[in-house]
Amino acid sequence: MSGVDSKPLLELRNCTVRFGGLTAVSDFSATIGSNDLIGLIGPNGAGKTTCFNLITGVYAPTSGTITFDGQPISGLKSHRIAALGIARTFQNIRLFPSLSVFDNVRASFNLRRRTAPVQALWRGSDFQEDEADIDRQVMEILEIFKLTRFREDDCKSLAYGDQRRLEIVRALATRPKLLLLDEPAAGMNPTEKDELMRLIRFIKDKYRIAVLLVEHDMKVVMGICEHIHVLDYGVKIAEGNPAEICRNPKVIEAYLGEEAPALEQEIAKELQS
Amino acid sequence: MNSRLLLLAAVLVSGLLSAFTGSMNSYYVQILTFIGINIILGVSLNLINGHTGQFSLGHAGFMAVGGYTAGFLTTKLGPSILAAMGGSTWWSEAVLFSGALIIGGIAAAIAGLIVGVPSLRLRGDYLAIITLGFGEIIRVLIQNTDAVGGPRGLTGIPGYTNLFWTFAIAAITIYTISSLVNSTYGRGFLTVRDDEIAASAMGVNTTRYKVVAFVIGAFFAGVAGGLYAHSTRYLTPEGFTFQKTVEIVIIVILGGMGNNAGVTVAAVLLTVLLEALRSVSDISWLPQFVRDLTKNRMILFSLILIALMLLRPQGLFGGFRKPKRAAT
Repeated sequence: MSGVDSKPLLELRNCTVRFGGLTAVSDFSATIGSNDLIGLIGPNGAGKTTCFNLITGVYAPTSGTITFDGQPISGLKSHRIAALGIARTFQNIRLFPSLSVFDNVRASFNLRRRTAPVQALWRGSDFQEDEADIDRQVMEILEIFKLTRFREDDCKSLAYGDQRRLEIVRALATRPKLLLLDEPAAGMNPTEKDELMRLIRFIKDKYRIAVLLVEHDMKVVMGICEHIHVLDYGVKIAEGNPAEICRNPKVIEAYLGEEAPALEQEIAKELQS
Repeated sequence: MNSRLLLLAAVLVSGLLSAFTGSMNSYYVQILTFIGINIILGVSLNLINGHTGQFSLGHAGFMAVGGYTAGFLTTKLGPSILAAMGGSTWWSEAVLFSGALIIGGIAAAIAGLIVGVPSLRLRGDYLAIITLGFGEIIRVLIQNTDAVGGPRGLTGIPGYTNLFWTFAIAAITIYTISSLVNSTYGRGFLTVRDDEIAASAMGVNTTRYKVVAFVIGAFFAGVAGGLYAHSTRYLTPEGFTFQKTVEIVIIVILGGMGNNAGVTVAAVLLTVLLEALRSVSDISWLPQFVRDLTKNRMILFSLILIALMLLRPQGLFGGFRKPKRAAT
């Protein structure tokens, strides 16, 4: 259905989420391959973030099943799902405000800690090696994403774009197989957006992971996603590659509006270059 | 490495301090003991309220559980245990006392688990109300239990507490909680405080962390209760009212939530301040209302809190400071 030649990593089958009388997501099915870059778009309130919350265990589906890596995950707690390999960022940045940049990333390494908590008391050589190992890995990933010079800084003192990047790095530090990005381009200027697109492609290629992207900026979505799902009022109204989505009359009516022809031209331009 | 040496040094200093107790005014010894106990209470509550961000008002309750358990053990079972160890020598008393303190701590930790598990679905004000209710329940239960003296109190507790025990345990408390927090594991407590949803999305088991914080915090509060019991040699349920909890909460807020060094200093300051006020209330030339005010701690505590919130909401010594990287 989606990715060309990668095996399915995440499968949502007929998922429905209801809050009382309100159906936030209705009968949603999707498949994500292990190295796909999938977009999820739709107007405000269409249920995109609910989908994310569903996948990450913030909500359990009212009906339907979610399978990740061959294992059912619907109803599991968030931290268990994170341990299985799904990491996410948030629509409104949710860093740990009282922790330094370094510690924000270090917290994610709890999944990868080899020593038991009590060993922190005696601080023997096992513990010290483990901590030194974690320190090294944190520095490594900060270096890759050019955040090293901020490592001791308050994460709230970072520039907006850097905070977004730090949040992605923190998610990546859990070593996910699937990364969910919730509106990563929100509030960014055009230069930052270009950088972000390069960053997402880089992550996908370097770590060989799948990325699911919720985004309102069509230039970003159309520019990098291989496959796009469109939600409206909790219902999937279309899916396909960027060019197909731009031409789809339902999508144009519900979401894209007049933007569509311009977008199509832009995609054509990008394909040529 | 360094922190372990520091702990050893602190224990040795407590021993030295204790050796000179004989030449000290017993009133000052008592104040020093209270300082040590308040350090333990403040730092242990800091793990729950400061580092993990769960607003608990149950600390006097945990203290009561530990104090009464330890006091009951040494008072009622102590003589026969000592006899079994071949009479009352310094080491058999030490074994009995440390055993009683640990069992008191464990009893309080179990209470922490019992109150912790169901109330962890609650946050903020709701958690505060539940824990406050727990503290009151404990106090009323004790008041109605004849085996521990009921409202008359538990009397005849042996005076085992000295400066060595008090400050050695205070040092152990600070060491334990600081080294726990200053690790990759310990960062988890802070992430729970900062943002629970983000923390669990990063794989942090937030419920587990909260329970652990409650259990460890309650354990040390229980040990502090045991020290208190064997220092005053007399326990009444009235010693563990809400006012005691507020005193500990103030120590934590004064010192700065999540700042162990600050909380330690605040414990010293507040204990000394409260003692100093005792003598102020005896100064005859002061206006009557000032003297009354110093006797009414709740009014005083409120004033301290209001002033603090207005002038230094982060605590005297700056709370929520990002701790330096672990000195491994």
